[in-house]
Amino acid sequence: MNNERDDTNFINRQSFIELDARERAKALFDVGTARELAGPFDRLESPWLPMQDVTPQADDGCVVMKGKISGQAAVVVALEGAFQGGSMGEVSGAKLTAALDLACADNEKGIPTSAVMLLETGGVRLQEANLGLAAIAEIMASILALRKHAPVICVTAGTVGCFGGMSLAAGLSSYVVMTHEARLGLNGPEVIEQESGVDEFDSSDRALIWAIHGGEQRYATGVADALVDDDTQQVADAIRHFISKGVPAVHRSSQVGLYRNRIEALDPSRQWDPRELRETWGTNGSEEVKR
Amino acid sequence: MEQIKFDYPAKRKVSRRAHVGVVGSGDLEVLLEPGEGESSHVFIRTSVDGFRDTWKAVLDRFFAKYDGVVRIQINDAGATPGSVLLRLEQAVEVSEQ
Repeated sequence: MNNERDDTNFINRQSFIELDARERAKALFDVGTARELAGPFDRLESPWLPMQDVTPQADDGCVVMKGKISGQAAVVVALEGAFQGGSMGEVSGAKLTAALDLACADNEKGIPTSAVMLLETGGVRLQEANLGLAAIAEIMASILALRKHAPVICVTAGTVGCFGGMSLAAGLSSYVVMTHEARLGLNGPEVIEQESGVDEFDSSDRALIWAIHGGEQRYATGVADALVDDDTQQVADAIRHFISKGVPAVHRSSQVGLYRNRIEALDPSRQWDPRELRETWGTNGSEEVKR
Repeated sequence: MEQIKFDYPAKRKVSRRAHVGVVGSGDLEVLLEPGEGESSHVFIRTSVDGFRDTWKAVLDRFFAKYDGVVRIQINDAGATPGSVLLRLEQAVEVSEQ
């Protein structure tokens, strides 16, 4: 893909970021095949939020859809970044885990089923504390079980990005797709500034944040597999591309030696800048999406 | 968080349910479902306390035009009255598509 933006495409594109979680999930399926599971009228909402005077959402901010992508069975789970920062609670976590486990069971029965996670999330929902942490542990176990059979594709488009425990879920997935606007990291900018001081990380410096956490940098250093514009068609194409590729020969998270060597070779006594990291680490493991 | 309930007289049968909106800052979620009998029921959960009169004014205006027999649940995260009315009208539009 050409990283120089084409103005005509830019004007005619349908923004993916502007869609809500439900619209995002639906947009990825073959037309007319998507159906929602455990939707808002099933009222699987958080029992913990009202106890803390927080208004719950009828789907707990987690949309699960089953259908076909490129004619093959797939499940898409989309987190709603506008509701409680897309945070994972007991219910939303259980929905995501169950979706992955059902996809895994289908694969074991001989029905190839891929999974796509649309992650706009700050990680664990603090109001649900340990239950959220437990949910993320279950999600990670379910990803590990499913990714042996079928690709688990993570998309983070923005504007929330993917942080905290759910960045680990992104790290375990078979493929990561990001937009230029997306951010991916274990600790978000505010958390780093709060814990280590403004000298370490100025969370009001947007250029710095995107130079470290942004889609371009993550792609250039091999942490993401595809960098796409904020264009629904490009996101959908990237997902179709990775579904057709199937399970990668070696998952990123299995390349322990590669990443350990990278860290060991890094001299932490001096300040590295994002550009140097790109030059040092290159696009190892990443590839361009062919369209 | 405050919970508020209202009932309105209604007569027209509604066949389809509708879900619109997000419980995000300044926005709200509306779940509209076909009801029974001759009245509509509205259940509101709002993150902003103390605006019962404003909710009543918005819903009075909505039900002045809308006569469907429905159950409406609203999960609100501080939407303005204008946004609330727009979301309600959007829910009706979706349910009558």
